[in-house]
Amino acid sequence: MKDITLGQFFPGDTLIHRLDARVKLVLVILFIVELFLVKTLCGFAFMGVLLALAVAISKVPPKMMLRSLKPLLLLLAFTSVLNLFYTKGDPLFTIWKLTASWQGLELALFMMLRISLLIMASSLLTYTTSPIMLTDGMERLMGPLKALHVPVGELAMMMTIALRFIPLLVEETDKIMSAQKARGADFESGGVLKRAKALIPILVPLFVSSFRRADELAVAMECRCYHTSGPRSRLKVMKMCFRDYVALAVMLAAIPAILLGTNQVLFSIIPSALG
Amino acid sequence: MSRLEVKGLTHVYSKGTPFERTAIEDLNFTVESGGFVGIIGHTGSGKSTMVQHLNGLMKPTSGQVLLDGKDIWEKPEEIRALRFRVGLVFQYPEYQLFEETVYKDISFGPRNMGLEEREIDARVREAALLCGVGDELLERSPFELSGGQRRRVAIAGVLAMQPEVLIMDEPTAGLDPRGRDEILSHVHRYHEQRGATVLLVSHSMEDVARHATSVLVMEHGKIAMHGSVSEVFSRGERLSELGLAVPQVTAVFARLARAGLPVPTDVFTVEQGEAALRRLLRERGVIS
Ligand SMILES: Nc1ncnc2c1ncn2[C@@H]1O[C@H](COP(=O)(O)OP(=O)(O)OP(=O)(O)O)[C@@H](O)[C@H]1O
Ligand SMILES: [Mg+2]
Repeated sequence: MKDITLGQFFPGDTLIHRLDARVKLVLVILFIVELFLVKTLCGFAFMGVLLALAVAISKVPPKMMLRSLKPLLLLLAFTSVLNLFYTKGDPLFTIWKLTASWQGLELALFMMLRISLLIMASSLLTYTTSPIMLTDGMERLMGPLKALHVPVGELAMMMTIALRFIPLLVEETDKIMSAQKARGADFESGGVLKRAKALIPILVPLFVSSFRRADELAVAMECRCYHTSGPRSRLKVMKMCFRDYVALAVMLAAIPAILLGTNQVLFSIIPSALG
Repeated sequence: MSRLEVKGLTHVYSKGTPFERTAIEDLNFTVESGGFVGIIGHTGSGKSTMVQHLNGLMKPTSGQVLLDGKDIWEKPEEIRALRFRVGLVFQYPEYQLFEETVYKDISFGPRNMGLEEREIDARVREAALLCGVGDELLERSPFELSGGQRRRVAIAGVLAMQPEVLIMDEPTAGLDPRGRDEILSHVHRYHEQRGATVLLVSHSMEDVARHATSVLVMEHGKIAMHGSVSEVFSRGERLSELGLAVPQVTAVFARLARAGLPVPTDVFTVEQGEAALRRLLRERGVIS
């Protein structure tokens, strides 16, 4: 349970931490768009360097960045194999009835790089932005949707609460698991059915306490006169400053660079004789 | 003979991340067989962390826990069997209840031990009786009970395993005075009837003075004091430095002694205090 890193915040006071949450969100979106524009190894190297630079500035341990990929290893392997064998092109090697192609190899490699960089970039966002700032940033970015009667404020509130509850739930699960283990519960051995049954002593108290917590929170919010209507003021007003503009400029400048690069097919792995 | 021995026990939470935090550091102590140890300490001093090591729920970052002279982690596959011998009642245990009926919930532990149905039934009824859970409650759903009743059911669930060592982490937090006294006297009865070793974490100096034979004082993840009840509670100044106190009756007698009355200062429970006062009044001929 302790290994859940998704959405974990690493407090710090680096340039990356201090960037405006809205800007960071936009940067990540731009980065992802660029990842899909990139079509050459050289381009991926460029994106990788960009990310590595950001990680270095943020002082998030590189080990943590790699750890964020762990839950996706299976997916990565699966898509790679599919891409490798199901892409038509110049044959590379054949196993049984399946033929791998050079184009497949390239596609698999690029897809893997793309997904890995995408995950790491979004992890960097959550590592360096507190959940509160993140939802606040999203709320502000989605602000214009209010004109279309999208309940942006409420959505953001829901998201904040959900984010706040995840660590609580993890902690609670841990506690209940320990308590049941103290009574000899066994979660590790037995077949699928036995293991599923072993979860009941955890799930029941967990549900009961989640409902209790939700109820308590609702009461507490009502006691403080929480209302969905009416304008809201904030404790921390977000303000863009110089560093935010610089960061945006860098990320935007990368787009034309990448577009130019794709035309030159630099460092394709397909041997030129075949291509 | 020492039943439980803790050697150099250290635990670091979230090791290797920015959230790293040493909760307990280099603890060393032994608990005699059949002893009743009160564990006191400021909030966050590491009491809960420490007791979770004693039945193998947490693995020490370094150090050892020995039960009857054997390291409990010597054979990790036997850790489950160990948990039946060292029973732990958590802080707020009422949130661990899950079965449809109280009876089934109390029987969860014994059933996991793989006992026979007859034995399970006997143990459940005995534990329920010991904890003051009436027969009429056994077929009710645990979720319909009051908080205090649920607490008793949860404690019965651990007692039904009949552990040789019973550890309780603030079993009486948030209960009314009567419920508190009742639960502790049940535990005391279990301790006496079975000769079980008991470790009681508590914020109530009165409870510790009344039931424990020795006291372990924790501060900032270390052991600040360890000794008999009179040894520890006679050092009131050191205790108040640690943000703790002596039992109220001890404080009263200290004041009386300071006011010049010939009263003993090693009074730790109300009963002892009453006896001492009666003795004094009798000497002075106020009562016969
Ligand atoms: N899961 C955890 N992760 C990180 N740190 C923790 C965790 N649990 C406890 N701690 C820290 O370890 C220290 C000891 O906590 P512990 O719960 O053992 O204290 P305690 O003596 O039982 O306190 P209380 O009297 O409030 O129950 C505290 O400083 C706490 O912040
Ligand atoms: Mg505690």
